[in-house]
Amino acid sequence: MQRRVIFDNRALPYLLLAPQVAVTLIFFIWPAAQALWQSVHLQDAFGLRSQFVGLENFESVLSDPNYLETVKTTIIFSASVTVLSLASALGLAVMADSKIRAASAYKTLLIWPYALAPAVAAVLWMFIFNPDIGILGRALNNLGYAWDYRLNDGQALTMVILAASWKQVSYNFIFFLAGLQAIPRSVLEAASIDGAGAVRRFWTITFPLLSPTTFFLLVVNIVYAFFETFGTIHALTHGGPGKATETLIFRVYQDGVVNHDLGGSSAQSVILMVIVIALTAIQFRFVERKVHYS
Amino acid sequence: MTRDRADPRSGGRLMDMVPHLILMLGVLIFAFPIYVTIIGSTWDAATIGRGNLPLTPGGEMLNNYASAWSESQGNRVMHTPVRIMMWNSLVMALVIALGKIAISIISAYAVAFFRFPLRMVFFWMIFITLMLPVEVRIIPTYEVVANLGLIDSYAGLTIPLIASATATLLFRQFFLTIPDELVEAAKIDGAGALRFFVDVVLPLSRTNIAALFVILFIYGWNQYLWPLLITNSAEMETVVIGITKMIGNGEAATDWNLIMATTVLAMLPPVAVVVLMQRWFVKGLVDSEK
Repeated sequence: MQRRVIFDNRALPYLLLAPQVAVTLIFFIWPAAQALWQSVHLQDAFGLRSQFVGLENFESVLSDPNYLETVKTTIIFSASVTVLSLASALGLAVMADSKIRAASAYKTLLIWPYALAPAVAAVLWMFIFNPDIGILGRALNNLGYAWDYRLNDGQALTMVILAASWKQVSYNFIFFLAGLQAIPRSVLEAASIDGAGAVRRFWTITFPLLSPTTFFLLVVNIVYAFFETFGTIHALTHGGPGKATETLIFRVYQDGVVNHDLGGSSAQSVILMVIVIALTAIQFRFVERKVHYS
Repeated sequence: MTRDRADPRSGGRLMDMVPHLILMLGVLIFAFPIYVTIIGSTWDAATIGRGNLPLTPGGEMLNNYASAWSESQGNRVMHTPVRIMMWNSLVMALVIALGKIAISIISAYAVAFFRFPLRMVFFWMIFITLMLPVEVRIIPTYEVVANLGLIDSYAGLTIPLIASATATLLFRQFFLTIPDELVEAAKIDGAGALRFFVDVVLPLSRTNIAALFVILFIYGWNQYLWPLLITNSAEMETVVIGITKMIGNGEAATDWNLIMATTVLAMLPPVAVVVLMQRWFVKGLVDSEK
């Protein structure tokens, strides 16, 4: 799309675009191309020589049972974070949208966690659930439940899921609340006059009308769980115990930065890029459809 | 009961209690970890280390904050003084927020108000960066920054994160809604493109800029993976990274009192920005959906 009335100037538009284009070329396009190049080459540990190996890096990544285990962890982690944070945010938003006193105070108290860094959220959780010093961690042990997320795989995964979801609820809450407030009151009133109870009104009217918001949030939450939770996991468990909380993005970091396996790490990066592109494409097709509706 | 019919969002008297209870529970779940952290920052390390943290404030608050703020060593852990880390975080958050806004608004202006060769090529090039989060290209981006000699510098910390397709798209979207008549009038008055930008477009974009500023400030302040890679020296450490380094392996024998004080300090600026600028922040988030 383009405006009808525009300015005539030869050099100016290029000048205005220059900073953005320069940053994009140097720090986005070039490294992405580099990742593609490295993913089909084998480099020695010092980066002195490299050899074209085709899809060998991808083959070895995808046939590594460890990697498939990481894929499984990532799926469990992302699905849990998405479902947990969407469901609790929706519940809270529906409650905050009902006509009650102090609704705006609740809203303020519920949206500030958006401002927390994922890693800081992890520190808060660690301080409470640490088996030695945490109030709840010690309480669990005193109740006879052997709680130590530093040793137990399942407990570690539960911890990172809860900490990551906890931080995301406020973001989802804001969108659900905006979605709810856009639903015309008259529709709900009509249903109410027809004798539909609160629960029925929610499932037959509110929830379907919220589906664009829900779908948008679904994609955003999957992207969040995939990429932005690196800080949560790094601060809370360092991927451990063993590899119990290692997600795909954590592994790119681990293999590339810690273990210096450039080819393997780049192949993993390329796989992740494909996932992001797919998610973005789904989102945009959907947004386009939504535009047609309105 | 007539009240029920009139307003479908309100139930009976008993039903009115349910939202309050659920919302209070939600607030409690969010507030409890913060409360414990604030309490933790007012006790000495030994009390916390023994695992008997009371739920009431202790008397070490001033000591803890003062030593976290300006000293580089507690009883057990070394750390960068928090005032240095907070400064680094502040510089990083401000440069990223203002830099992103500045370069996005002028590039959006170019794409929206001019017609020139390769316009769509540039547009798509910016657009495609939406699909390349820093996490998926960390190693090659690190190499580029290292080759440019930008490791351990504010430039290395901020410039690679400054390009933003989202902000560019948002501004472009908004620019397309500026009426043609306004542009015509400005042209008749003899105003050039730059004049129009400064006198008309910038003032009109005020709310968008404020909204984006809040979101981008928090984005910058909360960065984790990038500063972890790009900074080695203590002098360049950001506060979010600094806290997790202080924790180490999370043993009981750690200066938890200092860690808690640092955590509280690290939370203050972004939370303050969100709470004080709530209106713009929510507007910015919900608008950027489109």
